[in-house]
Amino acid sequence: MAVAWTRTQPQAGGVALRLDRAGSGPPLLVLHHDIGSLERLPAYDALSQHFDVLLPQHPGYGHSERPEWMRSVRDLAVLYRGLLADLGVGRPILLGLGFGGWISAEMATMAPRDTERLVLVGAMGIKPPAGDILDQALVSHIDYARAGFHDGAAFDALYGAEPSTDQLVEWDLCREMNFRIAWKPYMYSATLPHLLGAMRAPALVVWGEHDAVVPRSAGEVYAARLPDARLEVVAASGHCVEMERPAELVRLVTTFCNRG
Amino acid sequence: MHIMYFTEQPMSAYPAEEGLKFGATALMFPNRFFDPVAGSRLYNEFIEQYKLAEAVGFDGIMLNEHHNAPFCMQAKANIFASILAAITERVKIVILGNPLPLAENPVRLAEELAMIDMISKGRLVSGFVRGGGQEQLAAGVNPAYNRERFEEAHDLIIRAWTQEGPFRWEGTHYQHRVVNPWAVPLQKPHPRVWIPGVISKETVLWAARHRYPYIALNTTVEQTLRIWELYDRTAEDVGFRGGPEYHGYLKQVHVGETDEKAIENARQFTWMQGEFTGLAHPVWSTPAGYSSPENRRGFVEFSTGRGSSPRRRPTFEEQLENNMIIAGRPETVIRKLREVITATRPGILSLWANDGFMSQADSMTCIRLMGQEVLPAIRETAKELDLKSPFEAETPVGIGFSDDLAPRAAAAAE
Repeated sequence: MAVAWTRTQPQAGGVALRLDRAGSGPPLLVLHHDIGSLERLPAYDALSQHFDVLLPQHPGYGHSERPEWMRSVRDLAVLYRGLLADLGVGRPILLGLGFGGWISAEMATMAPRDTERLVLVGAMGIKPPAGDILDQALVSHIDYARAGFHDGAAFDALYGAEPSTDQLVEWDLCREMNFRIAWKPYMYSATLPHLLGAMRAPALVVWGEHDAVVPRSAGEVYAARLPDARLEVVAASGHCVEMERPAELVRLVTTFCNRG
Repeated sequence: MHIMYFTEQPMSAYPAEEGLKFGATALMFPNRFFDPVAGSRLYNEFIEQYKLAEAVGFDGIMLNEHHNAPFCMQAKANIFASILAAITERVKIVILGNPLPLAENPVRLAEELAMIDMISKGRLVSGFVRGGGQEQLAAGVNPAYNRERFEEAHDLIIRAWTQEGPFRWEGTHYQHRVVNPWAVPLQKPHPRVWIPGVISKETVLWAARHRYPYIALNTTVEQTLRIWELYDRTAEDVGFRGGPEYHGYLKQVHVGETDEKAIENARQFTWMQGEFTGLAHPVWSTPAGYSSPENRRGFVEFSTGRGSSPRRRPTFEEQLENNMIIAGRPETVIRKLREVITATRPGILSLWANDGFMSQADSMTCIRLMGQEVLPAIRETAKELDLKSPFEAETPVGIGFSDDLAPRAAAAAE
């Protein structure tokens, strides 16, 4: 069944964002990876059967304008809080994918009573006690995107074995914005772990069994520091669980949110 | 004409086969292949080269710096500039240049340069660069703010040199409670600033708008002429006339006793692909945000092997053929160099005289022959063509110290 997505260009932080929205039910804000997002994914469509899915492109990524002033992921989280207020969306479920997980963790800690549920999938944002977050600055755009997948065939099916030059340009734009706001320390905040205790709502921490981008030890810290959280490991998946095991991720999210 | 001697200070004593095996000779090529015993010998050989260059009549010695790679042993240009300040008497010490964005504290840089200027009794030429892409990674400095940091650090240094302290600096990338360095340059209003570059159009525009000479690094004659055209057009907008005293050119030139010997040695210019970057993964040399947005598509294609390098160079034979590399006995070199100089008309000429595994003896022979035969002939040519250096033309050191500006827009309005 074709899902009807609507597209708007709301303003936030002085720039125009691209926001896609579909479905009905409790509001679910989906925050994409540091490599942006394909326009449509089976996981997004499936989630819209259960939720009012809000799918923005981060400012500076994809088709959303770049806020030249932005310097941190916390800035980005505050901007999204403002966007939700403008849209009249209260108590959202936050679903953060990888880099988006970091943004959603910041959003949850800065407004603990205005978060219904928090789902982190291979979330960046914390310095892993063991291992390092993969440094995209040292690898090519394609190699970095591929590193998010345990099964190369899953990558090929979505992006093509040889991604288009347009896709490379988009990844380079994403990469530039990643550098602008998360260059050093690279892809984590030293202060975030100390703020996670403020979280009130239940949290689910999901990790691909073979995540080669963010070490699972970071997920263990999230699960330990968030007051009401558990860690769920998804077999046969890399970092991009929503693209490699979409049905499993949707099942975990809907069950966790009592929407299954 | 101002004629300089230049060597990249190559770390030739590393196992080349290991670099080939690793697939790169920059940034991530492990430093266990660096040999400090050979390094010590080489540094001291370079000092001998510089002393001889002064003795045989060069006007200046050009210095630069790079990191994490064997193609250039200078990790800090100011160190060799300091040494030259003390051991030479006459030559200009031309740093091309200090990579400004790599500095976390530009005031410290202003102090170091002021010390070098005083110790050398006013012989410093202080060039500034953005630094190559991989230098940003080697230094852990954000490539996305490279140009902003370059411009702000420059503004801060010029102010620290020319405005009495203490003053406060609240910039975008640099904040200083107190700027009040007790080391200021001997040269007034400040040491000359020359800006080297390869392909960034923005840097040519920036240099022209500041009235700083632009030094084209090893570009082709066609590229060089395009750069001058852009520079001079911008100069006219700003209100001064461009020309040779604002045009510098770095050329790979090697002189030997015979053509055969010189050409054999000159093959070393293709060592490390004859670039300033060594053999690097293209992703390292162009991190996102480092290049102009208009080059983004070209660089991402290059980085995946779909496009050719924007800095790609032809084969050694082709480079010899089209005078990209000039090599031979003095008469050969003089003839070819005259062709290039006549075509490009620079007021500043830098001779990149050796590279790679050239022996110290051959490097010294090259410097001696340049001094004895090439320099006098080239000076003659420069005189015939009226190619003056900024010193000879007594140009202002920068736009802020110019009292002769006639901007085109203003002239049109009158």
